[in-house]
Amino acid sequence: MIKDDSIIKITKLNKWYGKFHALKDIDLSVGTTEKIVICGPSGSGKSTLIRCINRLEVHQEGSIKVDGIELSDDIKQITEIRSDVGMVFQHFNLFPHLTVLENCSLAPIWVRKKSKVEAEQMAMELLEKVRIPDQVNKYPGQLSGGQQQRVAIARALCMQPRIMLFDEPTSALDPEMIKEVLETMIELADSGMTMIVVTHEMGFANRVADRIIFMDEGQIVEQNDPDSFFNKPQSDRTKLFLSQILDH
Amino acid sequence: MSLNSNKFERIPDRLPPINSIGWVAWVKQNLFGSVSNTLITLLFFYLIFLYIPPFLDWAVFNANISGTDRSVCDDNKSGACWTFVKVRIEQLLFGLYFTLNPDQTWRPILAFIVFACLLIPLVIERTPHKKWLLLTLIILYPVFFVSVVGGGVFGIPESDASQWGGLLLTFALAFVGIVLALPLGILLALGRRSKMPIVRSFSIIYIEFWRGTPLITILFMASVMLPLFFPSGVEFDKVVRAMIGITLFQSAYTAEAVRGGLQAIDKGQTEASMALGMGYWQQTIFIILPQALRISIPSIVNTFIALFKDTSLVSIIGLLDLLKIAQNSSRSLDWNGYDIEAYMFAGLVFWMFCFGMSMYSQKLERKLDTDRNTE
Repeated sequence: MIKDDSIIKITKLNKWYGKFHALKDIDLSVGTTEKIVICGPSGSGKSTLIRCINRLEVHQEGSIKVDGIELSDDIKQITEIRSDVGMVFQHFNLFPHLTVLENCSLAPIWVRKKSKVEAEQMAMELLEKVRIPDQVNKYPGQLSGGQQQRVAIARALCMQPRIMLFDEPTSALDPEMIKEVLETMIELADSGMTMIVVTHEMGFANRVADRIIFMDEGQIVEQNDPDSFFNKPQSDRTKLFLSQILDH
Repeated sequence: MSLNSNKFERIPDRLPPINSIGWVAWVKQNLFGSVSNTLITLLFFYLIFLYIPPFLDWAVFNANISGTDRSVCDDNKSGACWTFVKVRIEQLLFGLYFTLNPDQTWRPILAFIVFACLLIPLVIERTPHKKWLLLTLIILYPVFFVSVVGGGVFGIPESDASQWGGLLLTFALAFVGIVLALPLGILLALGRRSKMPIVRSFSIIYIEFWRGTPLITILFMASVMLPLFFPSGVEFDKVVRAMIGITLFQSAYTAEAVRGGLQAIDKGQTEASMALGMGYWQQTIFIILPQALRISIPSIVNTFIALFKDTSLVSIIGLLDLLKIAQNSSRSLDWNGYDIEAYMFAGLVFWMFCFGMSMYSQKLERKLDTDRNTE
């Protein structure tokens, strides 16, 4: 599974919160255009892992290379990696004092140094792609949860990232809204984006994932392609987890 | 969806019952809603009836405004003596220098008019280029103020700042205090939340020191001790010293007001802007501060109103601000005994400025709030 053209290479990653060992010896390579779904019980370290990739969390041991650049304290490198790695959060985290269009064009203007016209043009294109065409001048508080999350996806895409991280993007949504967000994510996957998605939406995992990773207690328990993962899980822990989330 | 039909039919909206809308319903609900509510309402109407008419008789209907000396007022003791305020208005508004040189009063008047011309469009919502107007007010206006009121340039005779007084002095102290304390306070609030230990410690010590010291003490220190810190020959005007003291004091309060707003911002806002590759200052300027300042408008304006009134403490170092000059005038031989009128006039002017600030802050709050959520 591990490809040579990997865009993310994580080796022997360890992370502690105080004395709590949150990530233990994580090894993971992600190939270009690969789609990875990470699942596991809460507290298993899956969000921490993807937050380490764009340095929202700082790891203590091991190395993370994104696009050949090693993550360190170097602010310039962190900024470079962050503008190449888009992230979508569970609670959207849109900027409530800015309009939808401003949410999307702010970072391209100030981080990517694009002109306002260019940034807004691209924002409009992407907002059309996530089907928020006529709401660009509204504020996030005026949109539904599903619409807000699609704006958040468009906002991340406006930076033209090579990798997209999704941290439980549908967990805070009403059931009716989940589908529209997942559809947007499927379209993005089909367009060839490299994606790492932390989610409990197993239908989505089955549909788009090249590889599903199951984590527990800060470790990677098992990783496999969806077919094998769902039908022939190797470890008992995985079997237990699958039985709990699928049989209801 | 009902069980016996497979069609969802929307029930059309109806108006609410007629007795629950309109002013009659409002009065009934809010003033006479219950027995205790009714009693309180009646009590207050009675108190208003008891005190307001006599006050109006004194302040308006029986008041004296004609004449130029106290004889008019002494003849009619049942009304207020506004003649006194009328005769002494230049002194109350502009202080000693401009009273002694009445041909120069156009200078403070011009300064006030220009201030109003800059401020009024700023308050009106639809004005274009507000940013430039604000910058003009903050940067160019003080220069204009000092050259016109202070003189010494363009052939305008120099006026000693320590002889400014009345509203002019109160205004100058408050303006400088507000304009300098806000940016300083923002920096201190950011510093107090900084991850850098030295910056954080400095901010904490600064804020706690100035906040824990009475303004009177600071004004004394600024007046007596500040000159000791500078080499002899460097001499600060008394007014400038008071301005420095007020700014140092005020910035600590403003910092705490801003910090309250900063603390209310969700961590996700920082994370989202970090994830987009924004640096610290970009996050702070574009994402965090606009939201934090909106939240802290009421408490920031509260500190500004307090500052405006606190400027009257400069009388302790011998400056004649509006309140002090009003007091002095009412104790002069010409007008001895009319101190109620003096204090009422000073109080009214203070109130107008403070109420103006309060109204503007409420307006700003409402405007920013509807932007955020019009659902």
